[in-house]
Amino acid sequence: MKKTMLSTVAVLAALTFAAPVVADEDAELVINGDIEIVTKTDAPAHLDGALGEVLSGWRFRSDDTQAMQMDDFDNPGMLGAEEGLALFEASWGSEGKACADCHDGPESLSEVRATYPKWNESAGEVRTIQMQVNDCLTTRMGADAEKYDSGKMLNLEAMLAVAARGTPVNVTIDGPASEMWEKGKEIYYTRYGQLELSCANCHEDNYGNLIRADHLSQGQINGFPTYRLKNAKLNGTHGRFKGCIRDTRAETFSPGSPEFVALELYVASRGNGLSVEGPSVRN
Amino acid sequence: MASGVKPRVKVPKSASAGDVITIKTLISHPMESGQRKDGDGNIIPRSIINRFTCEFNGESVIDVKLEPAVSTNPYVEFDATVPAAGDFKFTWYDDDGSVYEETKSISVG
Repeated sequence: MKKTMLSTVAVLAALTFAAPVVADEDAELVINGDIEIVTKTDAPAHLDGALGEVLSGWRFRSDDTQAMQMDDFDNPGMLGAEEGLALFEASWGSEGKACADCHDGPESLSEVRATYPKWNESAGEVRTIQMQVNDCLTTRMGADAEKYDSGKMLNLEAMLAVAARGTPVNVTIDGPASEMWEKGKEIYYTRYGQLELSCANCHEDNYGNLIRADHLSQGQINGFPTYRLKNAKLNGTHGRFKGCIRDTRAETFSPGSPEFVALELYVASRGNGLSVEGPSVRN
Repeated sequence: MASGVKPRVKVPKSASAGDVITIKTLISHPMESGQRKDGDGNIIPRSIINRFTCEFNGESVIDVKLEPAVSTNPYVEFDATVPAAGDFKFTWYDDDGSVYEETKSISVG
């Protein structure tokens, strides 16, 4: 395959000079020696050959970073998941209710992380996990809505990701969700900013290559929320999108905006078939 | 005053006498360096774990001085030789005077 050859050349060239840290491309991810994670699989049909295989961002990280995710004790993101579980069991608003009062436990929500963003029939919109949580908070629990990608939200999301770990991402893109999906696809292929870069320019055309010292991944979001070593906290998908678009020197959309919800749906669908692996560890 | 501080330790449950085992420890703690300022420009006071020790049956295994540059949720991993069955006692000392303790037993067989 042409792409693989190109990236091999890039890697060899890089090693000759400063030898940036590049991952072992054949490593397999097994968490706690028990949960097997699919980090490489055939691309979903809707991609129509744009990618041969879809690869989790885990495959693009250095050996040390990869190892941190292979053991829950070493994974700092698990602290967030633990915190999320405590939030799940705590009562929040004026109604004195906790998430756990209606939901049986994280196990009963094990499909959530793999299937969101998802069309919500009664609301008539595509909702992300955080939108759904905020709906519960405001309409059922009498609490204030949480800010998008707030620490609490990401901890809850991490808890849900742990409950779903190992199950394949499977977001629905047809039916009523198709309009949002098309919108997300358009955003993915639109060039933004002074640098005139679209998501696809880096994450479809050039994954595996180096952008300065950074090893470009496919930009898959199956590992979110992600613990990033650079800011030592959990990061949400929308925050990451914002960072990427900012780096093209553009005015970005806001976390929680309809544009990012559409983009999240589309990018998630590009990873259909990869395992949920959050909270993942990245640089 | 740091909130949400929780120590965690991973020690094998059993080993053979003389074995070298790996011990992993982590304490969730913000490790506020004292260098940062809040929105109004006031310095956020330093609040860190300044010392970490491990003892085995009362004998010191490791005694670490931590400085403000150590990042959030300090993770300390080290190897130790197990001469006999006993208890590992881990202690973290906070700037605010709090002391967090954790004990893990190991059997030799």
